[in-house]
Amino acid sequence: MNSSIQSNRRRGKAFTYLLLVLGCGFVVVPFWFMIATSLKPQAYIFDIPPKLIPEEVTTANYTEALGKDLFGIYFLNSMMVALSAVALTLFLSSLLAYAFARLEFPAKEQIFYVLLLGMMVPPVMLIIPQFLVAKNLKLLDSLVGLIVVYVAMNVSMQTFLLRGFFEGIPRELEEAALIDGASRWKIMWRIVLPLSRPGLAVVAIFTFLYAWDEFPWAHVAIRETTKRTLPIGIALFQSQHLTQWGQVFAASIFALIPVVVVFAIFQRYFVRGISTTGLKG
Amino acid sequence: MTATSAGSAPAMRGRSTGLSLRRLGRAALFLIPGLAVYGTFLLGPMVYSARISFYDWNIVDPTRSEPVGLGNYARAIADPVFRRAVVNTLVYTLVTVPGQIVVGVAMALLLNQAIRGRAFFRVLYYLPVITPWVIVTLLFEYMFVGQGGLVNWLLRDVLGVIQQNVLWLADPILTFVPIHLLGIWKGVGWTAIIALAGLQAIPQDLLDVASVDGATPVARFRHITLPLLRPVLVFLVVVLVIGGLNAYISNLLITDGGNPLDRTHFVLTLMYEATFTRLDFGYGAAISYLLAAFVFMVSVVQIRLLRRRVEL
Repeated sequence: MNSSIQSNRRRGKAFTYLLLVLGCGFVVVPFWFMIATSLKPQAYIFDIPPKLIPEEVTTANYTEALGKDLFGIYFLNSMMVALSAVALTLFLSSLLAYAFARLEFPAKEQIFYVLLLGMMVPPVMLIIPQFLVAKNLKLLDSLVGLIVVYVAMNVSMQTFLLRGFFEGIPRELEEAALIDGASRWKIMWRIVLPLSRPGLAVVAIFTFLYAWDEFPWAHVAIRETTKRTLPIGIALFQSQHLTQWGQVFAASIFALIPVVVVFAIFQRYFVRGISTTGLKG
Repeated sequence: MTATSAGSAPAMRGRSTGLSLRRLGRAALFLIPGLAVYGTFLLGPMVYSARISFYDWNIVDPTRSEPVGLGNYARAIADPVFRRAVVNTLVYTLVTVPGQIVVGVAMALLLNQAIRGRAFFRVLYYLPVITPWVIVTLLFEYMFVGQGGLVNWLLRDVLGVIQQNVLWLADPILTFVPIHLLGIWKGVGWTAIIALAGLQAIPQDLLDVASVDGATPVARFRHITLPLLRPVLVFLVVVLVIGGLNAYISNLLITDGGNPLDRTHFVLTLMYEATFTRLDFGYGAAISYLLAAFVFMVSVVQIRLLRRRVEL
């Protein structure tokens, strides 16, 4: 009796693993295929049957894509835009969140709700007026134009998130410092921010991934070749070199490296961030 | 600290106005930088867009734009291409949202068991979520290529389901197969993590008691897990529906913006084309507002359904 329950359980567990591994297959095979294709010479790209392990391995796609096109520059552009967007979002959202968490001022609730509107607006809907605003401010074809829009798109959500974190810090810590004559500004920098590292990490990760992934706005705002970010560079490269899939994927893998690195380093913050806030990566 | 502002005796009113002004001044340092960026690049544009949608907008000289009232909206509603785009977008949402939820919850149930390597699976399943849309879209496009694509080879030579290659990307209906599958494939990892957090909040005692009382796993899932997971499921549905309605990149790249014959548009790819290819800014703005209104309605439903659970 007992042993039959045990063997049942073992069978159940084996079944669980089987399904999980099957799921992994669905996830991994496309990525694997991408890597394999990036290592194939052009002649083998549409080989039948498709080979998951290249018969002939070459790094030509990488050297060619990176040399012929401007992927090095796109990479730097993307990196600059993403890091600037992260820094600015962290700074501005922290200030806002601190005000909403700890300061008293008139119309506080109303201002907060207006800020939350930004979480509900479908981003692509804003592209037309953002285009016109950016045009008037001479921010088209400039990385600054990308950065400010990315910050504006993230500031609501991240302020909301950080306010929650700041409110969780015991007030006593701040009150002691207030009595000692420290200013609110100093308190935020010296006490609140250092205690909110996990929250700041979540903000940084999601803003980085957002900026690294963003396509619609960059697609509209950037015309000049040397100002492109990676998603734009890759999409346009593919539409110009329709069948050069090896090079397309070499560039894609190049673009994927920072994402995987960020993910690997911050994995634990990541999972916590998603499951406590429902942020969508 | 709020006690001071509550001192509302008439004699103190003068002082408290001064106080609240001083408070505003002190808070301004914290508020102005963020609100300036937010106002200039999000709130301002949002309002501006409403204005544009009532004009035949002249991009070269906006002062010469013709007011057309609700003309752009009426035009959209009568436009067969727009209607088709709405249908395509709704179908996409109706396919991908249940798809993501069923697969995601199933994954979460598997991951919620006491198994080794849970962290590993979790990380792996999350990989598609963090990969940029452009990359995964091109990857799916390549796998679904008619001649020499991985999918056709699997279906024809390995499984024997089809006799000859299917030209997925050239057909106005079949082209949605890779688009829908991509939507599910990319979103499942996120759905699973949210669902897993919900499952972990369910007290294990409840399930143990039920199982001692002889409840089968299916009965336990139906009568305990599912009802307790309901708030999480509602949240998932709403967020995923909004995401589905806003789908854009996969369609833009795979159909090359509505090809063939403008029959494969999503609302947003049509908006993009109207605005930036035909320079019909007023029409594009009207379309985006129609979509936003719909999304807003969905958000309101979300807040209603979740109000009891979440304090905003």
